[in-house]
Amino acid sequence: MTDPLAEKEKPMAANQAGVSIEDVSKTFVTRTGKQVDEVHVLDHVSLRVEPGEIVALTGLSGCGKTTLLRILLGLERADSGRVLVNGSEVTGCGADRSMVFQNAQLFPWRSALGNVEFGLEARGVPKSERRRTALEKLELVGLGHATDRRPDQLSGGMQQRVGLARALSVDPAVLLMDEPFGALDAQTREGLQAEVLRIHRETGKTIIFVTHDLDEAVLLAHRVVLMAPNPGRIDRIFPIELPAPRTDLVTVRGRKEFGAQRHEIWHRLMTGASAQAAAEPATT
Amino acid sequence: MTTTEHGEQRAARPAEPARTRPPFHRRHRSGLITTASIVVVLAFWEITGRRMNPIFSSYPSAIVRKFDVQVRSGLLPQALLDSLQPLLLGFCVAALIGIPVGLLIGRYRAADAALGVYVTAGYAMPLVALIPLFMLWFGLGFTVKVVIVVVMTVFPIVINTRAGVRAVPRALTEVGTSFMASELHIVRKIILPATVPHIMTGLRLGIGRAVIAIVIAEFFTAIGGLGGQIILAGQRFDTAGLFVPVTVLMVLGVGLTHLVGWLETKVAPWAGPADTDQD
Ligand SMILES: Nc1ncnc2c1ncn2[C@@H]1O[C@H](COP(=O)(O)OP(=O)(O)OP(=O)(O)O)[C@@H](O)[C@H]1O
Ligand SMILES: [Mg+2]
Repeated sequence: MTDPLAEKEKPMAANQAGVSIEDVSKTFVTRTGKQVDEVHVLDHVSLRVEPGEIVALTGLSGCGKTTLLRILLGLERADSGRVLVNGSEVTGCGADRSMVFQNAQLFPWRSALGNVEFGLEARGVPKSERRRTALEKLELVGLGHATDRRPDQLSGGMQQRVGLARALSVDPAVLLMDEPFGALDAQTREGLQAEVLRIHRETGKTIIFVTHDLDEAVLLAHRVVLMAPNPGRIDRIFPIELPAPRTDLVTVRGRKEFGAQRHEIWHRLMTGASAQAAAEPATT
Repeated sequence: MTTTEHGEQRAARPAEPARTRPPFHRRHRSGLITTASIVVVLAFWEITGRRMNPIFSSYPSAIVRKFDVQVRSGLLPQALLDSLQPLLLGFCVAALIGIPVGLLIGRYRAADAALGVYVTAGYAMPLVALIPLFMLWFGLGFTVKVVIVVVMTVFPIVINTRAGVRAVPRALTEVGTSFMASELHIVRKIILPATVPHIMTGLRLGIGRAVIAIVIAEFFTAIGGLGGQIILAGQRFDTAGLFVPVTVLMVLGVGLTHLVGWLETKVAPWAGPADTDQD
């Protein structure tokens, strides 16, 4: 399967990948004692993410956003349907994807630097090189001064940034982020949002991230995917029409379209929550 | 070192109220009570012990005198060395066997199905019952002491290591998987360090059992070491001489346990206060 869009972006092709989610369903079976519960988490979810696109997943808590991201990463298997990354089917974790986890998930016994080095270490990158790369990424997320601190000596936001640096260290074609900036103060968050956009401009990575912050979704994403719960599915997809190089986030926030789009998603989220039964088919 | 960059901020804040240091007896309250308690008990022992038949009892000053004599004659240092060597060797062997086995059965269900039952049995059964068998197999020398120490020490180490592996959050191993780490890399770089606090707990329990094991071994097998000294003194109705190795063993047990406890805070500083489950 050749991808016309990937073809166009030849210079970056080596590090670009589209993601295609095809009819993915997932049910968790939980056993508590004799009681067997089935949770239908994802119900026939399909989504095409173009190479170099930024997609935000949002929706009520428990609608399967994390689960979908884990399936994309390869930590979880879909019961039916499949996921293609750069044309090849995902059967497990791959070198082309990495994730910023919901609660950072750092190794408490390693320094910030050691944590960022982990991914490179796992891939057998020589010591001096991985040290250099890790320092560079920590610098990038604004933690150049705290490289030797252990996670218990870092604030929640700093931990999250280490998680971002770790995910970036392996230079993935597809970057997955699960509520990456939730624990940050507004200023740091905006700094990192701008950083993510800059990284995206420079590397053309495909980025799929989960957020509860509609501002963040509209600011960063090319498309915002609103999911609905019980069972988790795509409720609606909102293409974001904001001028392309979103370098100055403050100005973008001030634009009329920004507020309008944000409101549109918010409205759908709220009405969808109250009138769930009357779900209409996803519009692309 | 964590305060370096907060230094200026802190200086800018209104000065903390000058903390007056509490007086000496407040700061060391529990320490003082413990010391007082020990002094009272020793004094009571000294007074009552002197009135009793020296065959049945002894008293602190007599024990101290005996201690001095035995140190000068070289008897006590030799006995200590005779006990300490198999004890430490046995403990190290137990750790070298126990930690990998614990990791193995903690990580792999099949390994646990195959070996877990022996571990549970070995931990629960009174292993002292096997000592006559070990004597048949290994004779009465150094070897059998080591074997007894290993057998009695290895199980708490295995059990704690296994519990530690089970307690490693799935989310952490998944980070390894997501970064394409090999199984060996995950075990060495995630499971093992995450389990270190539990392993240290196992070692702390293990060293206590090792001290017990060496005494039992020396009671049963050879006349030698501190255990042998106790038996000999008992046969000679030398009660003060009996208390000397007993005291040394007590100090040894407490000292070694504290040493491992101290190591625990050194090797796993991120883990906070060690869990307090004691044997
Ligand atoms: N391993 C699991 N076993 C059983 N149920 C699970 C498992 N993982 C997730 N679930 C269930 O699947 C549903 C979706 O979970 P998921 O974590 O994907 O939600 P989410 O959209 O990320 O929510 P949030 O916004 O709160 O992070 C929840 O009802 C959850 O209880
Ligand atoms: Mg989630």
